[in-house]
Amino acid sequence: MSLTEQQIERYSRHIILDKVGGKGQEKLLSSKVLVIGAGGLGSPAILYLAAAGVGTLGIADGDKVDLSNLQRQIIHHTEDINVSKVESAVNKVREINPDVDVRIYRTHVRAENVREIIRDYDFIIDGTDNFAAKFLINDACFFEGKPFSHGGILGFDGQLMTVLPGETACYRCVFGYPPSPGSVLSCSQAGVLGVLAGVVGSLQATEAVKYILDEGDLLTNKLLTYNSLKMNFRKIDIKKNPECPLCAENPEIKQLKDQPQPVCNSERKITR
Amino acid sequence: MQLIVNGENLKLQDGLTINGLLKEKDVKTPDMVSVELNGQILRRSEFETTELKEGDNVEFLYFMGGGK
Repeated sequence: MSLTEQQIERYSRHIILDKVGGKGQEKLLSSKVLVIGAGGLGSPAILYLAAAGVGTLGIADGDKVDLSNLQRQIIHHTEDINVSKVESAVNKVREINPDVDVRIYRTHVRAENVREIIRDYDFIIDGTDNFAAKFLINDACFFEGKPFSHGGILGFDGQLMTVLPGETACYRCVFGYPPSPGSVLSCSQAGVLGVLAGVVGSLQATEAVKYILDEGDLLTNKLLTYNSLKMNFRKIDIKKNPECPLCAENPEIKQLKDQPQPVCNSERKITR
Repeated sequence: MQLIVNGENLKLQDGLTINGLLKEKDVKTPDMVSVELNGQILRRSEFETTELKEGDNVEFLYFMGGGK
Protein backbone atom coordinates (compact mmCIF):
# COMPACT_ATOMS: atom_id res chain seq x y z
CA MET A 1 0.00 0.00 0.00
CA SER A 2 1.28 3.49 -0.70
CA LEU A 3 -0.23 6.68 0.66
CA THR A 4 -1.96 9.14 -1.66
CA GLU A 5 -1.07 12.82 -1.49
CA GLN A 6 -4.33 13.49 0.33
CA GLN A 7 -3.56 10.79 2.86
CA ILE A 8 -0.06 12.18 3.44
CA GLU A 9 -1.67 15.51 4.30
CA ARG A 10 -4.54 14.05 6.34
CA TYR A 11 -2.21 11.95 8.47
CA SER A 12 0.74 14.36 8.46
CA ARG A 13 0.75 14.82 12.24
CA HIS A 14 1.04 11.05 12.59
CA ILE A 15 3.58 10.63 9.82
CA ILE A 16 5.88 13.24 11.33
CA LEU A 17 6.14 11.15 14.52
CA ASP A 18 9.19 8.93 14.37
CA LYS A 19 7.31 6.06 15.99
CA VAL A 20 4.58 6.22 13.33
CA GLY A 21 5.95 7.53 10.03
CA GLY A 22 4.54 6.56 6.66
CA LYS A 23 5.06 2.91 7.51
CA GLY A 24 3.06 3.13 10.73
CA GLN A 25 0.27 5.00 9.00
CA GLU A 26 0.14 2.28 6.36
CA LYS A 27 -0.10 -0.27 9.18
CA LEU A 28 -3.07 1.63 10.62
CA LEU A 29 -4.75 1.82 7.21
CA SER A 30 -4.43 -1.92 6.73
CA SER A 31 -5.52 -2.79 10.28
CA LYS A 32 -8.89 -4.06 11.48
CA VAL A 33 -10.28 -3.01 14.85
CA LEU A 34 -13.65 -4.00 16.32
CA VAL A 35 -15.43 -1.88 18.90
CA ILE A 36 -18.14 -3.75 20.79
CA GLY A 37 -20.66 -1.29 22.20
CA ALA A 38 -21.14 2.12 20.55
CA GLY A 39 -21.85 3.85 23.85
CA GLY A 40 -19.87 5.82 26.41
CA LEU A 41 -16.57 4.01 25.89
CA GLY A 42 -17.20 3.12 22.27
CA SER A 43 -18.01 6.68 21.16
CA PRO A 44 -14.57 8.25 21.67
CA ALA A 45 -12.83 5.02 20.68
CA ILE A 46 -14.67 4.86 17.35
CA LEU A 47 -14.19 8.58 16.63
CA TYR A 48 -10.44 8.51 17.31
CA LEU A 49 -9.82 5.23 15.50
CA ALA A 50 -11.72 6.56 12.47
CA ALA A 51 -9.75 9.81 12.52
CA ALA A 52 -6.51 7.83 12.92
CA GLY A 53 -7.23 5.99 9.70
CA VAL A 54 -7.81 2.49 11.00
CA GLY A 55 -8.67 0.91 7.66
CA THR A 56 -11.41 -1.44 8.78
CA LEU A 57 -13.52 -0.50 11.75
CA GLY A 58 -16.16 -2.90 13.05
CA ILE A 59 -18.95 -1.61 15.28
CA ALA A 60 -21.26 -3.95 17.16
CA ASP A 61 -24.30 -2.79 19.12
CA GLY A 62 -27.92 -3.87 19.31
CA ASP A 63 -29.36 -0.74 20.92
CA LYS A 64 -31.01 2.41 19.69
CA VAL A 65 -29.96 5.90 20.73
CA ASP A 66 -31.86 7.14 23.79
CA LEU A 67 -32.10 10.71 25.07
CA SER A 68 -30.35 9.69 28.31
CA ASN A 69 -27.32 8.44 26.30
CA LEU A 70 -26.39 11.85 24.95
CA GLN A 71 -24.81 13.10 28.19
CA ARG A 72 -21.76 10.92 27.42
CA GLN A 73 -22.15 8.95 24.16
CA ILE A 74 -20.64 11.69 22.03
CA ILE A 75 -20.82 9.88 18.70
CA HIS A 76 -24.63 10.20 18.85
CA HIS A 77 -26.40 13.51 18.39
CA THR A 78 -29.86 14.74 19.37
CA GLU A 79 -31.19 14.05 15.88
CA ASP A 80 -30.13 10.39 16.23
CA ILE A 81 -32.59 9.56 19.02
CA ASN A 82 -34.36 6.27 18.20
CA VAL A 83 -31.87 5.53 15.40
CA SER A 84 -29.87 2.34 15.85
CA LYS A 85 -26.48 3.10 17.43
CA VAL A 86 -24.52 1.33 14.71
CA GLU A 87 -26.26 3.38 12.03
CA SER A 88 -25.72 6.61 13.93
CA ALA A 89 -22.05 5.72 14.48
CA VAL A 90 -21.40 4.68 10.90
CA ASN A 91 -22.67 8.03 9.63
CA LYS A 92 -20.21 9.93 11.83
CA VAL A 93 -17.30 7.71 10.80
CA ARG A 94 -18.03 8.36 7.13
CA GLU A 95 -18.14 12.09 7.76
CA ILE A 96 -14.83 12.00 9.61
CA ASN A 97 -12.84 9.80 7.29
CA PRO A 98 -13.84 8.22 3.97
CA ASP A 99 -10.69 6.05 4.11
CA VAL A 100 -12.36 3.85 6.70
CA ASP A 101 -14.29 0.75 5.69
CA VAL A 102 -16.94 0.43 8.40
CA ARG A 103 -18.60 -2.87 9.12
CA ILE A 104 -21.64 -2.95 11.37
CA TYR A 105 -23.17 -5.67 13.51
CA ARG A 106 -26.61 -4.65 14.70
CA THR A 107 -26.69 -7.11 17.55
CA HIS A 108 -25.64 -7.68 21.14
CA VAL A 109 -22.79 -10.15 21.40
CA ARG A 110 -23.83 -13.58 22.60
CA ALA A 111 -22.12 -16.93 22.98
CA GLU A 112 -23.50 -18.05 19.60
CA ASN A 113 -22.29 -15.06 17.54
CA VAL A 114 -19.31 -13.44 19.28
CA ARG A 115 -16.53 -15.72 18.01
CA GLU A 116 -17.57 -15.24 14.43
CA ILE A 117 -17.86 -11.46 14.86
CA ILE A 118 -14.38 -11.01 16.35
CA ARG A 119 -12.57 -13.55 14.15
CA ASP A 120 -11.58 -11.20 11.34
CA TYR A 121 -10.15 -8.42 13.54
CA ASP A 122 -6.65 -7.62 14.80
CA PHE A 123 -7.73 -5.94 18.04
CA ILE A 124 -11.00 -5.72 19.98
CA ILE A 125 -12.25 -2.95 22.24
CA ASP A 126 -14.78 -3.89 24.90
CA GLY A 127 -17.11 -0.95 25.36
CA THR A 128 -20.04 -2.94 26.68
CA ASP A 129 -22.14 -2.09 29.70
CA ASN A 130 -22.66 -5.33 31.54
CA PHE A 131 -20.67 -8.14 33.12
CA ALA A 132 -22.20 -10.89 31.00
CA ALA A 133 -20.76 -9.23 27.88
CA LYS A 134 -17.44 -8.34 29.51
CA PHE A 135 -16.79 -11.92 30.60
CA LEU A 136 -18.05 -13.26 27.27
CA ILE A 137 -15.69 -10.98 25.29
CA ASN A 138 -12.75 -12.01 27.50
CA ASP A 139 -13.53 -15.68 26.94
CA ALA A 140 -14.19 -15.33 23.21
CA CYS A 141 -10.92 -13.39 22.73
CA PHE A 142 -9.10 -16.14 24.60
CA PHE A 143 -10.57 -18.89 22.42
CA GLU A 144 -9.90 -16.92 19.22
CA GLY A 145 -6.49 -15.66 20.37
CA LYS A 146 -7.47 -12.01 19.92
CA PRO A 147 -5.86 -9.16 21.86
CA PHE A 148 -8.37 -6.82 23.46
CA SER A 149 -8.83 -3.88 25.77
CA HIS A 150 -11.19 -4.18 28.73
CA GLY A 151 -12.73 -0.96 29.96
CA GLY A 152 -15.20 -0.30 32.76
CA ILE A 153 -16.71 2.82 34.31
CA LEU A 154 -18.97 3.57 37.24
CA GLY A 155 -19.70 6.80 39.04
CA PHE A 156 -16.46 8.83 39.00
CA ASP A 157 -14.20 5.77 38.55
CA GLY A 158 -12.88 3.90 35.57
CA GLN A 159 -10.52 1.03 34.85
CA LEU A 160 -8.89 -0.63 31.89
CA MET A 161 -6.49 -3.41 31.04
CA THR A 162 -5.11 -4.91 27.84
CA VAL A 163 -5.07 -8.66 27.40
CA LEU A 164 -2.91 -10.72 25.06
CA PRO A 165 -4.72 -14.04 25.51
CA GLY A 166 -2.58 -16.87 26.80
CA GLU A 167 0.41 -14.55 27.26
CA THR A 168 -0.78 -12.02 29.84
CA ALA A 169 -3.29 -11.89 32.69
CA CYS A 170 -6.89 -12.01 31.48
CA TYR A 171 -10.01 -10.39 32.92
CA ARG A 172 -10.89 -13.65 34.69
CA CYS A 173 -7.39 -13.87 36.23
CA VAL A 174 -8.41 -10.80 38.23
CA PHE A 175 -12.19 -11.02 38.49
CA GLY A 176 -12.93 -14.75 38.19
CA TYR A 177 -16.68 -14.83 37.73
CA PRO A 178 -19.38 -12.18 37.30
CA PRO A 179 -20.62 -10.81 40.63
CA SER A 180 -24.05 -11.92 41.79
CA PRO A 181 -26.66 -9.84 39.93
CA GLY A 182 -28.11 -8.64 43.21
CA SER A 183 -24.92 -6.80 44.16
CA VAL A 184 -24.44 -5.04 40.82
CA LEU A 185 -25.18 -1.36 40.82
CA SER A 186 -25.98 -0.22 37.30
CA CYS A 187 -25.03 3.11 35.71
CA SER A 188 -28.66 4.15 35.74
CA GLN A 189 -28.77 3.53 39.49
CA ALA A 190 -25.28 4.76 40.32
CA GLY A 191 -24.83 7.40 37.63
CA VAL A 192 -21.69 8.06 35.66
CA LEU A 193 -19.72 11.22 34.92
CA GLY A 194 -20.03 11.71 31.17
CA VAL A 195 -16.45 12.79 30.51
CA LEU A 196 -15.16 9.76 32.43
CA ALA A 197 -16.34 7.57 29.55
CA GLY A 198 -14.40 9.82 27.19
CA VAL A 199 -11.18 9.40 29.18
CA VAL A 200 -11.38 5.62 29.46
CA GLY A 201 -12.61 5.05 25.88
CA SER A 202 -9.81 7.26 24.53
CA LEU A 203 -7.25 5.28 26.52
CA GLN A 204 -8.64 2.07 25.04
CA ALA A 205 -8.23 3.52 21.53
CA THR A 206 -4.63 4.45 22.43
CA GLU A 207 -3.96 0.81 23.28
CA ALA A 208 -5.40 -0.33 19.93
CA VAL A 209 -3.20 2.14 18.03
CA LYS A 210 -0.08 1.12 19.98
CA TYR A 211 -0.80 -2.55 19.37
CA ILE A 212 -1.13 -1.96 15.63
CA LEU A 213 2.00 0.18 15.48
CA ASP A 214 3.85 -2.26 17.74
CA GLU A 215 5.22 0.68 19.72
CA GLY A 216 5.45 1.49 23.42
CA ASP A 217 4.33 -0.65 26.33
CA LEU A 218 0.84 -2.09 26.31
CA LEU A 219 -1.23 -2.06 29.49
CA THR A 220 -0.73 -5.80 29.94
CA ASN A 221 -0.38 -7.43 33.35
CA LYS A 222 -1.61 -4.14 34.76
CA LEU A 223 -4.97 -2.78 35.78
CA LEU A 224 -5.11 0.99 35.33
CA THR A 225 -7.59 2.61 37.67
CA TYR A 226 -8.71 6.21 37.34
CA ASN A 227 -10.54 8.27 39.92
CA SER A 228 -11.71 11.51 38.36
CA LEU A 229 -12.50 13.23 41.67
CA LYS A 230 -8.96 12.86 42.99
CA MET A 231 -7.49 12.86 39.48
CA ASN A 232 -5.62 9.71 40.47
CA PHE A 233 -4.32 7.26 37.90
CA ARG A 234 -2.87 4.06 39.38
CA LYS A 235 -1.31 1.14 37.55
CA ILE A 236 -1.70 -1.98 39.65
CA ASP A 237 0.50 -4.95 38.79
CA ILE A 238 -1.42 -8.12 38.13
CA LYS A 239 -0.28 -11.46 36.83
CA LYS A 240 -1.64 -14.59 35.27
CA ASN A 241 -3.58 -16.41 37.96
CA PRO A 242 -2.69 -20.12 38.26
CA GLU A 243 -6.28 -20.66 39.40
CA CYS A 244 -7.88 -18.69 36.56
CA PRO A 245 -11.05 -20.51 35.46
CA LEU A 246 -10.21 -19.70 31.80
CA CYS A 247 -6.50 -19.43 31.05
CA ALA A 248 -4.90 -21.59 33.77
CA GLU A 249 -3.59 -25.06 33.04
CA ASN A 250 -6.71 -27.05 33.87
CA PRO A 251 -9.44 -24.53 33.16
CA GLU A 252 -13.00 -24.96 34.25
CA ILE A 253 -14.34 -23.00 31.28
CA LYS A 254 -13.92 -24.88 28.03
CA GLN A 255 -16.56 -23.18 25.92
CA LEU A 256 -18.58 -19.99 25.72
CA LYS A 257 -21.73 -19.65 27.74
CA ASP A 258 -24.27 -16.85 28.04
CA GLN A 259 -24.95 -15.50 31.48
CA PRO A 260 -28.05 -13.51 32.38
CA GLN A 261 -26.91 -10.23 33.88
CA PRO A 262 -28.41 -6.86 34.62
CA VAL A 263 -27.30 -4.16 32.22
CA CYS A 264 -25.79 -0.81 33.03
CA ASN A 265 -28.23 1.09 30.89
CA SER A 266 -31.18 3.22 31.76
CA GLU A 267 -33.50 2.36 28.91
CA ARG A 268 -33.74 -1.27 29.81
CA LYS A 269 -35.17 -2.87 32.89
CA ILE A 270 -32.80 -4.14 35.50
CA THR A 271 -33.44 -7.83 35.97
CA ARG A 272 -32.47 -9.47 39.22
CA MET B 1 0.54 -2.95 62.13
CA GLN B 2 1.37 -0.97 59.01
CA LEU B 3 -0.29 -2.01 55.76
CA ILE B 4 -0.33 -0.61 52.26
CA VAL B 5 -3.92 -0.53 51.05
CA ASN B 6 -4.55 0.70 47.52
CA GLY B 7 -1.17 2.39 47.58
CA GLU B 8 -1.71 4.23 50.88
CA ASN B 9 0.08 3.52 54.16
CA LEU B 10 -2.39 2.67 56.91
CA LYS B 11 -1.96 1.78 60.57
CA LEU B 12 -4.46 -0.87 61.60
CA GLN B 13 -4.98 -3.26 64.49
CA ASP B 14 -3.13 -6.59 64.48
CA GLY B 15 -4.95 -9.77 63.50
CA LEU B 16 -7.22 -8.12 60.98
CA THR B 17 -8.57 -10.45 58.26
CA ILE B 18 -9.36 -9.45 54.67
CA ASN B 19 -13.05 -9.35 55.59
CA GLY B 20 -12.15 -7.19 58.60
CA LEU B 21 -10.23 -4.81 56.36
CA LEU B 22 -13.13 -4.63 53.89
CA LYS B 23 -15.35 -3.61 56.82
CA GLU B 24 -12.74 -1.19 58.17
CA LYS B 25 -12.54 0.47 54.75
CA ASP B 26 -16.34 0.65 54.65
CA VAL B 27 -16.65 -1.42 51.45
CA LYS B 28 -20.42 -1.81 51.18
CA THR B 29 -20.47 -4.46 48.46
CA PRO B 30 -17.58 -6.91 49.02
CA ASP B 31 -19.03 -9.04 46.21
CA MET B 32 -17.90 -6.29 43.85
CA VAL B 33 -14.25 -6.45 44.88
CA SER B 34 -11.39 -8.74 43.96
CA VAL B 35 -8.60 -8.66 46.50
CA GLU B 36 -4.91 -8.87 45.64
CA LEU B 37 -2.57 -9.59 48.55
CA ASN B 38 1.15 -9.08 47.86
CA GLY B 39 0.55 -9.58 44.15
CA GLN B 40 -1.68 -12.67 44.38
CA ILE B 41 -5.42 -12.64 43.75
CA LEU B 42 -7.14 -14.30 46.72
CA ARG B 43 -10.00 -16.76 46.47
CA ARG B 44 -13.21 -15.33 47.85
CA SER B 45 -13.29 -18.15 50.44
CA GLU B 46 -9.96 -16.89 51.79
CA PHE B 47 -11.31 -13.45 52.74
CA GLU B 48 -12.55 -14.73 56.10
CA THR B 49 -9.49 -16.81 56.95
CA THR B 50 -6.57 -14.71 55.69
CA GLU B 51 -4.97 -12.68 58.49
CA LEU B 52 -2.97 -9.65 57.44
CA LYS B 53 0.62 -9.19 58.53
CA GLU B 54 2.91 -6.20 59.02
CA GLY B 55 3.90 -4.69 55.67
CA ASP B 56 1.27 -6.51 53.59
CA ASN B 57 0.30 -4.84 50.35
CA VAL B 58 -3.42 -5.08 49.63
CA GLU B 59 -5.27 -3.92 46.53
CA PHE B 60 -9.04 -3.79 46.26
CA LEU B 61 -9.86 -4.24 42.57
CA TYR B 62 -13.42 -3.20 41.94
CA PHE B 63 -15.74 -4.79 39.40
CA MET B 64 -16.80 -2.05 36.98
CA GLY B 65 -19.47 -3.17 34.59
CA GLY B 66 -20.40 0.13 33.00
CA GLY B 67 -19.44 1.23 29.54
CA LYS B 68 -22.41 2.88 27.91
